[in-house]
Amino acid sequence: MKARVHVTLKNGVLDPQGAAVRHSLGALGFEGVERVRQGKIIEIELAETDADKAKAQIKDMCERLLANTVIEDYSVEIL
Amino acid sequence: MRAAVIQFPGSNCDRDMAVAFDRASGDNNKAQMVWHKETGLPEGLDVIGIPGGFSFGDYLRCGAIAARSPIMRSVVEFANKGGFVIGICNGFQVLTESGLLPGVLMRNAQLKFICKDVELKVETTNSVYTTTQNKGDIVTYPVAHHEGNYTADAETLKLLHGDDRIAYTYVNNPNGATDDIAGILSDNRRVLGMMPHPERLNDPQLGGTDGSKLFESITAALVSA
Repeated sequence: MKARVHVTLKNGVLDPQGAAVRHSLGALGFEGVERVRQGKIIEIELAETDADKAKAQIKDMCERLLANTVIEDYSVEIL
Repeated sequence: MRAAVIQFPGSNCDRDMAVAFDRASGDNNKAQMVWHKETGLPEGLDVIGIPGGFSFGDYLRCGAIAARSPIMRSVVEFANKGGFVIGICNGFQVLTESGLLPGVLMRNAQLKFICKDVELKVETTNSVYTTTQNKGDIVTYPVAHHEGNYTADAETLKLLHGDDRIAYTYVNNPNGATDDIAGILSDNRRVLGMMPHPERLNDPQLGGTDGSKLFESITAALVSA
């Protein structure tokens, strides 16, 4: 079973990389870019075949390693 | 004094840290180097140093992989039993990732790697790391990091300020760190994490000896204790 994890900075946490990307898009002439937030995508292949169990397992992975929940949110998508 | 320095793939200044411990203690107990795959620590340790560098290539997040390595379970256990642990630069990141210190080190506000000597203000003398210094003293330690922008939630910051747990602040904040924080202490005041590198300024031939004060302070406190 495949899963995709999105890790993003929490709202309210300053994202200097996102801000730099936004400035750069502006410099390229893209107008009206109001906000950019940069994050990570992590793709995971699991032996587990039960979607609920896989999701629970990946949530545990997110809490313990994949995300730093002090500043990051995560979401899990089973593919 | 019995010190150990933990080594991860990508650590740097680990040997400088060992030399700093050895010079400060002046005894025959040389600091022991401990590889990250070890599961146990040497017996009878007084203090553990977690060095700087780019452990595991800074993959995922700085310090994240190192914080989950086998030896760190023992380090956390050591700290929870009241052991002294100092994490410098990447070591500070490892300590926040392992939960021994609160908050997180984010990318520098200017998105640049900063490598220079910075002035720090000693904010508390109530720790073994700063007993031989005075509150308000200015010391110069080098910084070399890309992720040194200390951030924590408002409640944590209030605790750090209220409980006198901020060890050092930057005189001129180089990285955007909240409240100019350069180093913090755990609630039992025995774990110190700091971005600047005192072990890099520990020899007159390498530009100065300000950094030795911190290691001498540890020795003075732990050997007389």
